[in-house]
Amino acid sequence: MTDQKKSPAEQEKVGVYICHCGSNIAGTINVEEVAQWAEKNPNVVVARNYEFMCSSTGQELIENDIKEKGLTRIVVASCSPHMHEKTFREATERGGLNPFLFEMANIREHGSWATNDKEAATSKAKALVNGAVERVVHHAPLEKIPVDINPNTLIVGGGIAGITAALELAEGGHHVYLVEREGTIGGRMAQIDKTFPTLDCSACILTPKMVDVGQNDNITLLTYSEVESVEGYIGNFNITVRKKARCVTEELCTSCGICEEKCPQKVIDENYGAGISYRKAIYRSFPQAVPGYPVLDKENCTYFQTGKCKVCEQVCPTEAIDYEQEDKVITFDVGNIILATGYDLFDARQIPQYGYGRLANVFSSLEFERMVNASGPTAGHIVLRDGVTEPESIAIVHCVGSRDQNHNEYCSKVCCMYSLKFAHLVHEHLPDAEVYNFYIDMRTPGKGYEEFYHRLLNEGTHFIRGRVAEITDADRHPGEEGKLIVQAENTLLGIQQRTPVDMVILSAGIEARHDAEDVSKLFKMGCDHDGFFNERHPKLAPVSTMTDGVFIAGACQGPKDIPDTVAQGGAAASQVAKLISQGTVLMEPVRASIREEECSGCRICNTLCPYNAIEFDEEKFVSRVITALCQGCGTCVAACPSGVIDGAHFTYTQVMAELKGVLWDVQSDVLTKQEVA
Amino acid sequence: MTENGKPKLAMYWASSCGGCEISVLNIHENILTVDEVFDIAFFPCIADFKIKDVEAYPDGYIDICLFNGAIRNSENEEMAQLLRQKSKVLVAFGSCAYEGCIPALSNLTTKKATFEKVYFNNPTIDNPDRILPQHSTEVAEGELTLPHFYHTVKSLDQVVEVDYFIPGCPPEPPQIWAVLQVVIGALTAGQPLPPAGSIIGAGTMALCDECTREKKEKTIKRFFRPYEIQPNPDQCLLEQGIICMGIATRSGCGALCPSVGIGCRGCYGPPDGVEDQGAKMLSAIASVLDVGHESMDEDVLEELIQEAVDTIADPAGTFYRFSMAHSILKRVKNGKGAA
Amino acid sequence: MSDHFEPVIVGFLCNWCSYRAADLAGTARIKYAPNLRPIRVMCSGRVDPQFVLQALRSGADGVLIAGCHPGECHYVNGNIKALRRFTLLRKTLEQWGIEQERVQLLWASASEGTVLAAAVNRMTEDLRALGPLRWGEKVLGDNGAAHLVVEEV
Repeated sequence: MTDQKKSPAEQEKVGVYICHCGSNIAGTINVEEVAQWAEKNPNVVVARNYEFMCSSTGQELIENDIKEKGLTRIVVASCSPHMHEKTFREATERGGLNPFLFEMANIREHGSWATNDKEAATSKAKALVNGAVERVVHHAPLEKIPVDINPNTLIVGGGIAGITAALELAEGGHHVYLVEREGTIGGRMAQIDKTFPTLDCSACILTPKMVDVGQNDNITLLTYSEVESVEGYIGNFNITVRKKARCVTEELCTSCGICEEKCPQKVIDENYGAGISYRKAIYRSFPQAVPGYPVLDKENCTYFQTGKCKVCEQVCPTEAIDYEQEDKVITFDVGNIILATGYDLFDARQIPQYGYGRLANVFSSLEFERMVNASGPTAGHIVLRDGVTEPESIAIVHCVGSRDQNHNEYCSKVCCMYSLKFAHLVHEHLPDAEVYNFYIDMRTPGKGYEEFYHRLLNEGTHFIRGRVAEITDADRHPGEEGKLIVQAENTLLGIQQRTPVDMVILSAGIEARHDAEDVSKLFKMGCDHDGFFNERHPKLAPVSTMTDGVFIAGACQGPKDIPDTVAQGGAAASQVAKLISQGTVLMEPVRASIREEECSGCRICNTLCPYNAIEFDEEKFVSRVITALCQGCGTCVAACPSGVIDGAHFTYTQVMAELKGVLWDVQSDVLTKQEVA
Repeated sequence: MTENGKPKLAMYWASSCGGCEISVLNIHENILTVDEVFDIAFFPCIADFKIKDVEAYPDGYIDICLFNGAIRNSENEEMAQLLRQKSKVLVAFGSCAYEGCIPALSNLTTKKATFEKVYFNNPTIDNPDRILPQHSTEVAEGELTLPHFYHTVKSLDQVVEVDYFIPGCPPEPPQIWAVLQVVIGALTAGQPLPPAGSIIGAGTMALCDECTREKKEKTIKRFFRPYEIQPNPDQCLLEQGIICMGIATRSGCGALCPSVGIGCRGCYGPPDGVEDQGAKMLSAIASVLDVGHESMDEDVLEELIQEAVDTIADPAGTFYRFSMAHSILKRVKNGKGAA
Repeated sequence: MSDHFEPVIVGFLCNWCSYRAADLAGTARIKYAPNLRPIRVMCSGRVDPQFVLQALRSGADGVLIAGCHPGECHYVNGNIKALRRFTLLRKTLEQWGIEQERVQLLWASASEGTVLAAAVNRMTEDLRALGPLRWGEKVLGDNGAAHLVVEEV
């Protein structure tokens, strides 16, 4: 009970600072009244209110008062500690006090912004300020804990975000483990034909980067691999990766491709090929795959299914085929992690009235993307499902699964632009075809994007503003026979419109990966309710997560286009590089510790720590916290039946003091003798 | 009383069972030393004293008063005040005076329910006219009074200032003798007394420190009532699913109950650093309940945990068997707990 | 005090999910009952049942413990321990005659400002319906007086 036996709290000199935050707080809370009231607390030496406490003059108020009035504790009542706790801790430190002798009362997010009732907000502010004052007198000075940063980095996902991050770090001289689930890196960008708005050939700009990754000695490329477990904390993660058996000995394979060529088993390529092309049972997704080693797909391999074939083994000039190959479990240590796991495309089958999967000539955007690609199944020819007929008219439907209360409410951000790109590609490939783009709003923010839209307007695309209600083959009059009819309200003309076309392309939106939640649990960080990974701050820390040492980049964080994805890949890499060059980070001292001389050795706490930070000393019969592993959750503190585990900065005394402090106005006036004593 | 210069000793029972007195006498031949050193000023259990005798003493006349029993009624409180006034050192002796103990279990119900049970619904009671003891009764000779029966049982320190606390139900004789030796040393040889307000005659940490059973990591799937299971004689009882309050109970008794295969009942109260013994016990054993996993559906998770928790038949009565009066809430809100 | 009863709720909010949910509710200017007095803890697993009891003892009408959803705990499973304790505490409190509505456990992720605000509103209504708890005055009575009153049997 050491923290309860500290010197009498009444001796502390507390300074209280109530922030107006312009009118954000002062517009609802009577800040002057709160300050005057706070000053009556016997521990409070000075209570001020000021327009912007976070401004340099606001911070100087604190610093000067500490020096001039000999303050020993500081309370700032302003915004959320997640916003400015660091700011005021630093001001406290500049004033000459330990930064942990500071406490914040959140009277903006939890106060003035949460109610219009001025009286209630003011009274709540008093309670929160009082809680902070009562708590802060029990604060103890704490020192941050230095942790060394392992300079290696794990990057999960080999799309353009992961590739960018990996190259940035590797070229900077840092080692990277790049883990990719598929047999090759490249990701979504490798499936795309052209990129908007410049119409660069996607492969042309991507594959050199892929090659760079393959050739960089600082990058350990683990394709066809998945992360199985993540242990540790910033600077010191221990990673376990399962490298799935691809039945090809990488050291021997020369990537000649002959196995793939001779393999007799054709398989529909659902993944890279969007289900409209074939691959072999032993395959590379595309010729420029990195690494160039193929993957043997056991489920479709004739040998694995029937025990006969072995053509690949026979044709391989280097005896690289190994049917007995087993999954390998690899472990390694890294200091930081970047997640760049990308996105799933919305499955248009979920909107049955659009007919995808039922009406042959309704295509998904990815199918069209593959079809229009010169290396795709039709060598770039735009044809109907029969594989020969060129469409004379094409409808492109925007916002499929996006901006839709039944599916995803958010805007997928890229669909307008890629729909425009599709329209352009149709004009290019089939100059006589009519193209109809059905859109809700045209969203083209981005460099050169609006100009691209204007280009399409001039190219003769028909733009119809209205969400498509239905796509049907039920014709009503002769002009519609054999056509797909796109039913939509043209909201600019205010009429219902039926547009007969030969082909429909559904511009499907971006969704979080189906397993994003599992991944977020594996890496101990959070997802938002759409399944995208949560960033630490939506504006100011877009690639950081709540978990120190874990960063995110690209569409796993939310829908974004290639430039933004690349920028995030770079940003995440630079965050990691910063930590590597720092060499050590200072971790919050919010940690548990056991007063060993008072520990009875009951071992209640031993199984509670998710980080295995509690060990039992079999000789002394006491439990002990390994400080570096402790993350400061306080679960063991609450559980310890003898009360001998202290949770620094969240001690029993501190929380109890805050609790009684916030209840100042409802506590029974008459206390029992025990409490008086 | 004779004025022989000997220090004056008193022992009084308020709401208690008398076990504390027996425990004092259980110091065997040392009782002769006590008699040699002290003059007995008030000890209704062993000799006849009248309240008016005590009232006649000057304030502070009694050097040390061992007060056992909880404050159940107005007479208990009046006696506590009187003895406080007349004693230099007042000791809350035993669990009842220290923290309420068994009498304070009635704080888990209401006074009304207690009376119903005692005077109407007890199998050995026949009270067809539903007669209840009254505070005041008029009879031909005048008014007869009984003490007020309080709604809430209190510990001694909740009504008067207490100098020392000796926990235990009852305190163990060797501990009593050790305390008496310290007091005798102070009175006869000027040796120092422990700081006022101390808990004496006990250890400071939890009972596990004294318990010789083998302790491992704790993962408990469910709890068993004592009749449901034959415990392994060497292993920690709690690990076997037997509720043993030892983890949240002050040491000092030598782990008597666990050593004979009975889970600690918690009579020495919480160890240093714990305010509410029951809440801490609750927190600790719920924490190590090894049911439910974060990957489960919330409903399944809640159901599994509820099922495991329901293997504890009477958590309030179990965790607060001795400490109810000293607990944070001190009593229940209404009569639901009576059921 | 006037007849109008405004319940006071102490909220133990975990640093990573529910405290941020309350931050988000504020940032999004969701207006909800000003009856919650939040106390930040690192994890719902830090909530010692003694805190809950003390809150009730010190005049709160209700206590809200809020953490991350199961499986989303920043500390893997601190919230599961909170759930286990809460379940046993609830059973104990039931024996103490304390209505279930007075001590509630809520899962609110950092993005669920609306969930948190709605829960506070709902709990405020629950407590308004139950009336004040005010343990010190109403249950224990002030020191030395109320317990002397002889209750009619």
